[in-house]
Parts: sequence; structure tokens; C-alpha cells
Amino acid sequence: MPIVDIDWLKEHVDVPADLTVEQLSQDLVRIGLETETIHRSSVTGPVVVGRIVDFVKEPQKNGKTVSWCQVDCGEEHNVKEEDGTTRLRGIICGAPNVEKDALVVVALPGAVLPGDFAISVRKTYGHKSEGMCCSARELGMGDDHHGIILLREEGFSQEELKNIKPGDDALSLLHLNIPTLEINITPDRGYAFSYRGVAREYHHSTGEPFTDPIPELAAQAPQVEAGHQGDVEAAIEDDNPIHGVVGCDRYYLRAVRGFDPNAKTPNWMRRRLIRAGVRPHTLAVDVTNYVMLDLGQPLHAYDLDKLVPPIVVRRAHEGEKLVTLDGEEHVLSVEDLVITDSPNGERSSRILGLAGVMGGQYGEITADTKNILVESAHFDTVSIARTARRHKLPTDASHRFERGVDYAMQPAAAQDAIHLLTRYGQGVASDNPTDLNTTKEPQPIAFKVSEVKRLANLDTSTEDIAAILEDIGCTVAGGGNGTFIVTPPTWRPDLTIAPDLVEEVARLVGYDKIPTRIPSVPVVNPGLTPFQARQRKVAATLAEAGLVETLSYPFVGEKDFEEFALNAEQVKGESVEVRNPLAGDRPFMRTNLLYTLARTAQRNLRRGMRNVQIYEIGHVYRQDPNAPAIPALPGSVKPSEDQLKALEAGLPAQPLQVAAVLTGEAVAPGWWKDSRAIDWSDAVALARRVGERIGAELSMASLDEATNLPSDFNAGTWHPGRTAVVSFNGVYLGVAGELHPEVNKTLGLPEHSAAFNLDLTALFDTLSLQPLQAKPISTFPPVREDLAFMVEEKVSAQQLIDAIRRGGGESLESVELFDVYRGSDLGEGKKSLAFSVVYRSDSQTLTAAQAKEIRAAIVAECEKDLNAVLRV
Amino acid sequence: MTNEAEFDKERVTAQIAEAVQAIEDAQSSSALRQLRDEYVGKNSVLARASQAIGKLPNDQKKEAGQLLGQLRAEFGRAFGAREAAVKKAEEEAKLAAEKVDVTLPVERHPLGARHPLAALTEDIQDFFVSMGWQISEGPEIDSEWYDFDALNFGPDHPARQMQDTFYVKGDKARDAAGFVGSNMVLRTQTSSDQVRGLIQRGVPLYMACTGRVFRTDELDATHTPVFHQCEALAVDKGLTMSDLKGTLDALAVAMFGPEAKTRLRPSYFPFTEPSAEMDLWFPDKKGGPGWIEWGGCGMVHPNVLRSAGLDPDVYTGFAFGVGIERALLLRHDINDMHDLVEGDIRFSKQFAMGE
Repeated sequence: MPIVDIDWLKEHVDVPADLTVEQLSQDLVRIGLETETIHRSSVTGPVVVGRIVDFVKEPQKNGKTVSWCQVDCGEEHNVKEEDGTTRLRGIICGAPNVEKDALVVVALPGAVLPGDFAISVRKTYGHKSEGMCCSARELGMGDDHHGIILLREEGFSQEELKNIKPGDDALSLLHLNIPTLEINITPDRGYAFSYRGVAREYHHSTGEPFTDPIPELAAQAPQVEAGHQGDVEAAIEDDNPIHGVVGCDRYYLRAVRGFDPNAKTPNWMRRRLIRAGVRPHTLAVDVTNYVMLDLGQPLHAYDLDKLVPPIVVRRAHEGEKLVTLDGEEHVLSVEDLVITDSPNGERSSRILGLAGVMGGQYGEITADTKNILVESAHFDTVSIARTARRHKLPTDASHRFERGVDYAMQPAAAQDAIHLLTRYGQGVASDNPTDLNTTKEPQPIAFKVSEVKRLANLDTSTEDIAAILEDIGCTVAGGGNGTFIVTPPTWRPDLTIAPDLVEEVARLVGYDKIPTRIPSVPVVNPGLTPFQARQRKVAATLAEAGLVETLSYPFVGEKDFEEFALNAEQVKGESVEVRNPLAGDRPFMRTNLLYTLARTAQRNLRRGMRNVQIYEIGHVYRQDPNAPAIPALPGSVKPSEDQLKALEAGLPAQPLQVAAVLTGEAVAPGWWKDSRAIDWSDAVALARRVGERIGAELSMASLDEATNLPSDFNAGTWHPGRTAVVSFNGVYLGVAGELHPEVNKTLGLPEHSAAFNLDLTALFDTLSLQPLQAKPISTFPPVREDLAFMVEEKVSAQQLIDAIRRGGGESLESVELFDVYRGSDLGEGKKSLAFSVVYRSDSQTLTAAQAKEIRAAIVAECEKDLNAVLRV
Repeated sequence: MTNEAEFDKERVTAQIAEAVQAIEDAQSSSALRQLRDEYVGKNSVLARASQAIGKLPNDQKKEAGQLLGQLRAEFGRAFGAREAAVKKAEEEAKLAAEKVDVTLPVERHPLGARHPLAALTEDIQDFFVSMGWQISEGPEIDSEWYDFDALNFGPDHPARQMQDTFYVKGDKARDAAGFVGSNMVLRTQTSSDQVRGLIQRGVPLYMACTGRVFRTDELDATHTPVFHQCEALAVDKGLTMSDLKGTLDALAVAMFGPEAKTRLRPSYFPFTEPSAEMDLWFPDKKGGPGWIEWGGCGMVHPNVLRSAGLDPDVYTGFAFGVGIERALLLRHDINDMHDLVEGDIRFSKQFAMGE
């Protein structure tokens, strides 16, 4: 993102003499230009100008030659002897470009250079070196490390050089003591990707006078008609526009001839480029970069002698390739806009570069270029954005073009560049540019002034609104009936509707001026839905029962399927797959919370935790392979009822699940000496508790008895005999019990670790929303009895309880299992289940005879279906 | 001594005096019971003297009876007082012997814990509920239309590119440019429920959508590819940026205490205009109170209202989105996102069931 240097900003807007970068940051933030960071030089301590008074070259055994220099660092910084006299500093310098009488930059002992490089007096190459002559890189001023900085090569004028004395502070001389501000530009404000734009914004924030450089430059440029062919012929031939928008609507070329290839970039420009983070090259390249940073217009400079006109802007053809400046070869797409020339009489046959993104290797400016062609163009934002992304080439030019460049400033920007090229590199500017221009005037916006009040609740006067809009560059007309006709400036393609203008008014007035109010909300279905309220109860219940809630990423892969002993092909068939997963081995979305929750359990166990008992509430995703395709629909239009249905129908099912993994001790071991390991029953109890908490009595069935297992049920995950299938009102919810020993082993969970998973969406949807209908409470005394039944092993407790309830009818108040007994006295394959039952009548005290009748009915019911025998 | 009944005035008086003395010295309930048997029991001197009264001459009977009554009362007083004292001492000794170390760990079934992100999400929902808003969630896997197009993200918006968005693989659908895919994404923002909410719930609508969102950021100290947002959307007649600012300030206070407030800076989002970046004044900021970025907001863009079939000349609305992770990191001085996403039970347990 762009870097703002106060010294450069001053070119376009007045700034207070004492403006700090911190204040600038605040001024720009207020108006909407966010601070990314403040860059400060990491050079500290004394760094001064020195003059090499004398030096001796001393070849070393290692093949290097060092120079033993005597450097005048000024009276104050030369070495003071004990007798009060001063002498020059002795400095060892390894650079090849040491010269007698050269002004250099000396870091004195005590200075710290970038990378925490502390300078001290040190013995080296047989001398005591009392400082360091610095290269540009050592000062953090760029990459140049070919030699030390020679100040006369830093582009100072003769006048300036004359005034530089040994001992002067080199940090201020080189602007190293002035921080710069890096700002963020939102995608709508492409124009702020330039000093011109930032200066205007600074003006908006502070009211300091701003001068737009464009009008004057435009006036200086040769005036030609749109479509004028100048001394270098060009054409725009777009046969594949994107969204019907031509890729290039303005192509402007202007030449400079007789340029001095040896001309140097002036110091001020080099310094500004370096401080903006742009590496200096040749004068021609530096100028194009400078103008881009200054005005926001990306320019391209060609070696005119290498080009054969006409220059043609067109889409690439299938199969064409281009090696860009960075040496990368790109296979081009028919959507890529390219700049071509026409060698050997073959029109548009040679590709010079990817338009607005990066040049190719042919046609570039070199150290020998004498005739320069400057390209100043305007390209379609979408076309540039797609090409930059397609070829992974985000460049300074593409950043600006994809955000939108002022489409009226191409001649002015070229004028600026040509002015700089001819001033510092001699040469003659062509007065016959080519200007292919099909840009359209900005669309006027009918702007009701009342919109400012309606959206921003600001009472800004009509006059002030007009003044603000004019200040940002709009033309404001009309206004008689409270509606202005506002034409935005060419650098603000983001301004298209009234709310855009309201934002401009509001941000210039100041968002802080908008009064504060809390809306009074009409009562329309407020509060949590029953679904949401029930979800909270489930979450709280499990935490209160001792489990810890965790959250896991919903991504799974082959390894998870394998470790849970799933049929991978089947699971994949119903899984949502991510096209661009972060982890290539986990491209699928989970179909069961357990798969990702188990990873959380593993992580905790590996970190040395014991008794890991965790739960998660989250969504799982199941794609119906036969689901219809989701339509692509345009925005800004409400879809039809059928389209809305289609948008939902194609989505995967995304039910909410709760799952838990239980390891270790169910009752913590302690001085009470009755700890107990987790087993299947803890999982079943918790699953029941979840239901109980929201008023649902869940029913359990063994795996082999269950009749409502879903077709995709993966039995391999579970212990075949210690797993309950959980249902509510016949609707399958999930499973609770012990994980299969193999699964526990593979996952590294302790033996007998248990788990459950329940589909909360199915449970909540099945559960009535009607308030519970309470039963009357009988005050007649109860009759308590214990009944023990001997049954076959295969008879479940639930079956017996159900039979007892049927038999006991309305008089049976409660039935509780209190013992399960197996023994040789019962015989092989038999067990005894003992129940405590309570009878009670609503209308009378039960007599002994009545109690006996009830018992008889219970016994009969249990005998009938289950062959249960009452033990006496 | 004989067991004959006799009335010996001196002897019986001396006996009771002796008994009173013995009672004073008795140290236990059992010792007291013995004394009672010995001095006032069936065979005691007192009992025999009592029996002997009948044999005395009539003129002595009254006096003798009075004497024995006095002695009996004397015994009773001493006994009663001593018995109460001894019982009290015995009770105290028993309780003292039952003393336990009350600092022993006693939690056979320790409390579990909610995940702080889930708990904070509920707190934020409660804030909106208290203001009379609805709470929605919306699907985590959604159509591109709800996540992008309906929100005024054009087909070429940078956010729609692969580097930000998880796309769902598919071969059934075609997008606007004709490319084959699923037209589904893992939603990149809870704003994806805005237009669905407007269409299904109608206006006026005051709705907060909380839940999980996804971006293709690798997990590091400050980023996570799966995170949580709360989106607030209000569409009604007459809503302005003032209502947005007021709601934001109220939320800031609910989340961060009475000193918290918010500030808006001009910004850009496709689905709002005017748009703003929201800064939170955070009194507990490390290194002193200050502003920190908290989310984006603005007035609902007319194209979003149009996507829901609403007339932007009639209805206005505001929307904002805040990151729940960010709020949690700030509130609790958590420095590493890993702690939030790894599910280490030690992390959640710090929060138990709340604060």
C-alpha cells in the first residue's frame, strides 16, 4: 500500500511546517485513509558527512583489497587526543569506490545501523578502525551495496554540494531521520493511490490549500483530438471484451527523441523513490515510477527504436506466450489484454507486454536507449484484475488500474514524465502524440439533498453540501427543487449513486458529527427461538454434568474415515468437498461431529490430560447426490419464488449435532475410594440427560434390535454389544455407547472410551412446542412392592419396564430397576431383574386385594410376551 | 448395714450430702446413672427410709416426710444440673471427635465448562434479545448468491477469488461466466444471512446473525480459517447512521463495560454505503486505553435492499459485523488464537460456566 512522505506531499498541498507523521496519520484516518504502519529509519546515533583526505590501498592475503582511509569528520567528530589536539579518523573501508576528497557518509562509534549493527572502534586488518563508511544498503536506503555512498552521486546540485561540510548530520541530509506513513486504500478509492489523491484527502481533512497538478500539466501537453494518430501509430482492437467493456478505452503515446542514456536520476527523485520503497533504475524507468506514485497514472516506457508500429492493443490469442520482465513465462488467456507491435509487416504479431500489468522482455528501456516511447493508457478494471490474478502478477500498475485510474489525465501524466525526461536526460519531446480515446463523460447523479438527512441524519445546509461535492471535484448543477445534478470527477468512478455522495458529505463533515440514537424496535418475533433456547439448555446441561465444551474445525479426510472404520467411498459420496482446502488431506466437511471431536480428545490426551470428557455442539453437512444445481443469479434483483426455492434446495443438509467423547474415570478417584471408570452407561446416561433437560424422553435400543438405523450408519465405529441406538418418538437421533475397541485403539483413546452423537435438529423438530399438560397429584397413600423377574438374556430391561407399565396401567406410579442378577441357580442364559414398583390410585386408598390385582396384571403382561417368571 | 427399712435421720441426711458431693465429681452420664441408682434407687438408704416412715409414730411422720422430700429435692437439683453439664460436655467431645479437614478435595463430579466463544456468542445474542431483536444463524454452507451477489459483490470482486473463499466442489452448476462448479461456498461472513432474513422474515427487521464463517487463512497467532462473527442488520423506515452509532455504543458497553464507546471511520464495503470501519475505545488496552479496530459497518446498500425486493427509497437500514474471537481475545487478554481453536480443556476450564 502507498507510502506517504511529508516532503513529497508538500508538492500538492500546504502542510504546517511542524507536521509530524503521527499527526498526518490522524488527519488521514479521520477522512478514511487508514494507517498501515509508520516507517522509521532504524539508524540511530552519530552518522555524519566525512571527507576522505587520504587513503592507502592494502591488498590482503584473502585476496581482498581494503583501503586505509584518513577521514575528516569535522572538528567535533574527529578524534581528540589526550593532549587536546584533534586528528582525522582512521577508517578501514573494503569498498572499491574510495576516492580522495570524496564526501562520504561515516557512521561513528555509538551509531546503530539497521539489523542492530552497532558501530564501535575495532581492530581490523592491522589498524584501529574508528568508524565506518556506509553503503546505501547499510543505511537501509535500498539494495545498493556495490560501494560506499559518494554524496556527489546522490544528485545534489553543485550549489547544495558546496554547502555540505564534514561533520554535517548525514541522517537529515539523506532524510533518514524523517519517518514515512504507509496507508491502506479501500478498493473504491483508487485515486488515493497517488500523492495527488492523498494531498486532496489531506486537504479535505484539514482545509489546507490543495492544488491539483493535472490542469496545468494538461494545458502544457500538445492539444490533439480524440482518435488522433501521432508520429507513432497505434490501434485498439478488442475482439473479446469482458462484460462488454472494451479493455482499453484510452491509449496515449508520446515520444522523446535524442535522450541521453547516461543521464542520472536526480538525487531528490532517487531519494523519494527509495523512501517510497521503489528501487531506482535508469532515469527513464525512475521517471515513469515517479509519475505513477505522484499522479497515480501507471506509465510504460519503451525503447522506440526496437518497436515497429502500429502498436496494437488486443486480446491474446489461444496458445500465445509471453516472458515478462521478471523472466517468468506465461501462457496467455484469450481474456488477457496485450500490447503488441507489427514487425516484418505483420500487424500485431509481437507481444510487448501484458497491458497494465507487466511489460515483456522485448522493447524495454536499456542503458543504450536514446529514443523513448511513453505509454499512458486507461484499461478496464476487471480485465486488469483478472489478468493480474490469473498470472499471479500483482504489480504497482495493476493495483492502480484495477481500482480505477483517472481516465482524463493520460496526456497530463505523459507530459509530466516527458518534462522530467527532457529536463534531466535532454532529448526532444514529440509534439505529435497519439491519443485513442473512447472514454465517456461521467454519468450525472440526480441527488436529492434530503438524502443526507435520510441516511446520515446530518443537518448540513444545501450550500455546504454543494460546496463539499465541488471540493471533491464534482460539478454541481440545479438544486432548485432540492435535487442537484451532480457530475463526479473523472478520478472518482466509485461515485455512481446518491448514497455514495452522502458518504462523501458525511465523511467531510465528520462521522463524529452524526448524533447518536438507539432505535426503538417494534416487537416482531423477538428473542431466542425455541430451537436456540433448547440448544443453550443442552450446552449448559453437559457442562454442568462435568463435560468440557470444545470447538473443532469441520474438515475431515481419508485418515479420519479410516480411523473410524468407515466405508470411505460411501462417506465421500455424501460429503461436501471443498475445492481449495487448506489441508489437502482434509478436503471434506464432516458428516459426524465425532470425527473432529475425537481429534480434540486425542490432542488433550497427548498433552498429558487424563479423564478427558469433552463435548461439542456444531453443524455437520450431508450432500444429497441428487440435489439440484444451485442457480447463478444476478444481484440487485429479488429472485423469483422458484429461484429462491432452488437456492435452498441445492444446499447440503446441515443439521446441528451434539457429540461427546468420554475417557478415564466417571467418578474421579479420591480419598472417598469409590472411583469408577467410564463405560457405555455414562454415554447413555448423558444422552438421556440431554433429552430430559428439554422434556424429551429418549428411547434406547440395542444395535441388533434397532429398526430405524439410517442407511449410512457405520456400525464399525461402535462396540456391537455396548451401544444404544437413540430415538425420540421413533425418529433416529444417533448413538450412545462404547466405541469399538479397534477404534479406541487406532485413535489412541483408553480402552472402553465411550461417546455419543445426537442430531439436535431432528430432536428439536420432533419435540412438541406445546406446553406440558400436568397430571393431578394424588394424595392417597402408595403401595410399594419389589418384583423380581427371571428372563432370557436377550430380553432387555426396557422391554420389561414397558411390560410392567402396560400391566400396571394407570395405578402404576413408578417403576425402578434396582438389581440385575445372574447365577447358577437361575440356569444358563437367564438373568433376574428386580424392580421397585409403586402403585397409587387417584381416587382412593388401595386395598391389599387391589394391590394384589395390579401385581397379577403386571406379572401376566410380563409372562405373556417375554416369558418372564416372577421370582418369589 | 442391713437392708431393713429404717428411718435414721442422721444417716439419710449424711447419705444425700455424700451423694451431692459425688454428683459434683461425676464426669460422665454413666457415672451419674450409677449415683442415681446408689443414692435414690430402690435399695438406697433414702428408699428404705421412705419405706420406714409408715412405721414411725404418727407425730413423727410429717416431719420425716418433709425431711425426705427436702433431701430428694436436694439430690434432684444437684443431679439435674450436673447431668446437663456432663451431657453438654459429652456432646462437645463427640463433635470434636468428628472434626474433618474441610479443605479436602470433595468434587466427585467436578463442574465442566462451556467454551468461552460459545458463551460469549450467547452473551452477544442476549444483548440483542434485550433490545427486542431476532436472532438468526443461517447456513454455514451457502449459495454464492446469498454470500456475494445479493450483497452487491460483483462477479469480479476480489473477495470472491480463491485466495479468500473456500469454494464447494461440484460439477452441476454454472456461474455467471459459465464456469462449472457448485455455486456454493463456505460462507465468508455472517452477512450472508442478511438477504435471506429480509426475504423470509420481512420488514421491519431487526436481526442479529451469529455463527461460524470461513476464510482461507492459515492458522497462526492472529488468524484462523474458521471463526465466528455477529452480524447485525436493521431495516425499517427512517433508520439512519445515528441508529447505527447508538446500537454500536450500546453493544460496546455491554461487552466491554461502561467506559467503552465506538468511533466510525470512513471505509468501503460492497454491501454498505455510506460505509465505516468501527473502532472500539478499549479502556483495558495494553499500554493504556486506546482505539482498536473492531469491525465494519454502514448503511445497507440500495442494491442489497433490491436483492430482497425492497424499495431503497422507502426503506433504509444499517448493518455491522464484529468478530467474536477478536472480542474474546480483547476481553480476556488472550494472545494466541491457537488457544481458542485447539480445544485444550485447560483453556475452557478457566472459564467454567461463565465469569
